[in-house]
Amino acid sequence: MFDALPHIYTLIFLMIVGSVIAIETRDLLSTVISIGAVGFLLSLVYLMLGAPDLAITQVVVEIIVLVTLIRLTVTRDDTTVDEHRDVFALGSGLVFGGLLLAASIYCFQDAVAFGSPLMTVSQGYLDKSLQLTGAANVVMAILLDFRAYDTLGEATVIFTAILGAYVVLRKIGRKHDAGDVPHS
Amino acid sequence: MRGMSLIVKTVTRLVAEFITIFAVYIVLFGHLTPGGGFTGGVILACSFVLLTLAFGKDFSLHILSKRAAGIWDSVGALAFLIVALIGYKAGAFFLNLWAKPATFTLKSAGIIPIANIAIGVKVAAALFGGFIALAVFRRHGPGGYEEDE
Repeated sequence: MFDALPHIYTLIFLMIVGSVIAIETRDLLSTVISIGAVGFLLSLVYLMLGAPDLAITQVVVEIIVLVTLIRLTVTRDDTTVDEHRDVFALGSGLVFGGLLLAASIYCFQDAVAFGSPLMTVSQGYLDKSLQLTGAANVVMAILLDFRAYDTLGEATVIFTAILGAYVVLRKIGRKHDAGDVPHS
Repeated sequence: MRGMSLIVKTVTRLVAEFITIFAVYIVLFGHLTPGGGFTGGVILACSFVLLTLAFGKDFSLHILSKRAAGIWDSVGALAFLIVALIGYKAGAFFLNLWAKPATFTLKSAGIIPIANIAIGVKVAAALFGGFIALAVFRRHGPGGYEEDE
């Protein structure tokens, strides 16, 4: 079933490389571009696993986030970050990352095989969704019919997030002489 | 925020309509083909972002102002909630009471296309508003935010 598995491992390796570059580089613009590369590789992984809905969503969200982030970083005067590297932080990060990796290898030995879930309710959705809802796209049938309550929650999350952005970034109502906050 | 060069403006003039039509297609056919309300809404927001970057903020804020973006955001959210409440007509929250067995037409899936349209409008307005709030306004000192040229 999963003939594409070697390709997926290659893509995941490239994503890890991109993430490491994004963390370690000193230029903010390079960081943003590396994050974008990781996102597009992730959409390729979704496409190979047979999830075109997720792949489209990932590409589109990646584009809008990338454009916004580049617009935000380019207009800064200085996009380079110069902090000197902390050896203790790097060492402890490596040690704890290694511990986490060892623990997860130990834990995931008993996990079920990839692509064969324990819950059998998903097969019921696949069998009945076309007949019950009439939607040819099973993903939409699940998102907006069987699990529509979750989708309502997600819509509320987006609504609240944008509301918070408006409140934080607004111009009216901020005190102009609360100016003892240092800014660079 | 000013616009960009003549090349960008010409290309934007050519492709902006097609991006918008594609977004509407993705929203309307969400229950038949891959895609859906969220994806189509993000594509619609992308076309507005493209217009903002190419022609400057006055052009796109003339089409969809900040206030209108907020209003459409709320309208989409309320429409989705109303779609959910329609289900009480037959007894349960989010009950798909107009569902018909598959006919592969636009009207085949009951409340799903209506909910897709509501989510599409909501997401497009919300993401465009977020882009405007984050990228067009710039910090001018500790006190507040002012509009960029």
